Amino acid sequence: MTDVTMTVNGKPVTRSVRGNTLMTEFLREELRLTGTHVGCDTSQCGACVIHVNGADVKACTMFAAEAEGAEVTTIEGMANADGSLNVIQQAFQDHHGLQCGFCTPGMVMTAAALLRDNPRPTEHEIRDYLEGNICRCTGYHNIVKAIMAASGQDVSAIAAE
Amino acid sequence: MYSFDMVRPTSVADAVAALGQEDAQALSGGQTLIPTLKQRLAMPSVLVSLSGIDELKGLSVSDGVMEIKGATTHATVAREGGDYPGLAALAANIGDPAVRNRGTIGGSIANNDPSACYPAAALGSGATIVTNTREIAADEFFQGMFTTALEEGEIVTAVRFPIPEKAAYMKFEQPASRFALVGVFVAKYADGVRVAVTGASNDGVHRWSAAEEALSANFAPDAVEGLSVPADNMIADLHGSAAYRAHLVGVMTKRAVAAAD
Ligand SMILES: Cc1cc2nc3c(=O)[nH]c(=O)nc-3n(C[C@H](O)[C@H](O)[C@H](O)COP(=O)(O)OP(=O)(O)OC[C@H]3O[C@@H](n4cnc5c(N)ncnc54)[C@H](O)[C@@H]3O)c2cc1C
Ligand code: FES
Ligand code: FES
Repeated sequence: MTDVTMTVNGKPVTRSVRGNTLMTEFLREELRLTGTHVGCDTSQCGACVIHVNGADVKACTMFAAEAEGAEVTTIEGMANADGSLNVIQQAFQDHHGLQCGFCTPGMVMTAAALLRDNPRPTEHEIRDYLEGNICRCTGYHNIVKAIMAASGQDVSAIAAE
Repeated sequence: MYSFDMVRPTSVADAVAALGQEDAQALSGGQTLIPTLKQRLAMPSVLVSLSGIDELKGLSVSDGVMEIKGATTHATVAREGGDYPGLAALAANIGDPAVRNRGTIGGSIANNDPSACYPAAALGSGATIVTNTREIAADEFFQGMFTTALEEGEIVTAVRFPIPEKAAYMKFEQPASRFALVGVFVAKYADGVRVAVTGASNDGVHRWSAAEEALSANFAPDAVEGLSVPADNMIADLHGSAAYRAHLVGVMTKRAVAAAD
């Protein structure tokens, strides 16, 4: 066991971890932050995407010990300070960008990373950036719409179904 | 996963020392190794993480050569590798954004997956693989599927790519894995053209010498028109037969020549 210290959603945390403790296990089981989902556990689906030092990564494919000293943000850290949904989350709700909601935390975290680097992406750029995020429900159109809307763009051109 | 200890050295010297322990293994981006560990296909006693070693990160250009340090992520090469556009474009198209934020060139080269992208760039550019002990020409480094010239405990510290006049990588994606079903890297240098093929052969990444000759004489898609690669030793699986892969090698080569810049 080794001690690891990191900042998660703005709060410093220190825990003792095994060498093989994954970030998903650390967040969900140690910190009880269960918003980071595990869909595949094989780095295919993107349900577990979090930000580590500002970069979107798959938490199921990173060891907790490697986050020593890092700034980590999970879906629990995305809402506005007053607890209301942030602009991306609100857009997912407004545009029906989720059905069962299982993929949604990863979708929102990935969208946030995209919009930080590219504040007005094209539809093509959004679909391309979501390559590693799988959704079993929506068929993606409404997710793309939500991200277009969150970036202040017109969504009417995106196919409705 | 079996249990193991993790150490996080901050220098190459300390990493090399740690890798001297029994059953120690290097961990870079973990995008290949962590899934392998989960399947219990590897049982290291110690993982030596390279992600905390600053001297293994970053890229630089001098005298027409781009040097990329071993633990540099695909995302960094995509973002900062503009002096070698064909290479930056290849890095930008590996896996998905989250994979590119963790996966590294050293891990990709050391792993030498028969469908990986970087081995094609290294072989196609006549790159030099630099380790903690020596420099190895790409022609000697890649020795067939998942096999390289690396010795036990040896670390890829950098890869040096001579920057060509023109180059491009064309990948026909296997849609589920996003690896190359067939990928071809073409690079035109003052002294000739190099063509490296990944994803296709049971021998892993390799050069296509007939196409190199034809393209050195005439760098145009038509130059490879009459050429074909034998299907004998091609990979065959549910995604494509050997003949299909052999055909794709020609198609991807032509597209790479047309796209080269
Ligand atoms: C969903 C997904 C899609 C992908 N798509 C592609 C793709 O399209 N094209 C492609 O090329 N790759 C693809 N990859 C693989 C990805 O590029 C990996 O990042 C890469 O193959 C391994 O790099 P790594 O840094 O993650 O290495 P690790 O997984 O950490 O290590 C891999 C192996 O290399 C060894 N090693 C690591 N670094 C060094 C070093 N510096 N010196 C010596 N040995 C070392 C390790 O011990 C291990 O055996 C994909 C991966 C995933 C999960
Ligand atoms: S759970 Fe991490 S990618 Fe699916
Ligand atoms: S909303 Fe159900 S998986 Fe995406």
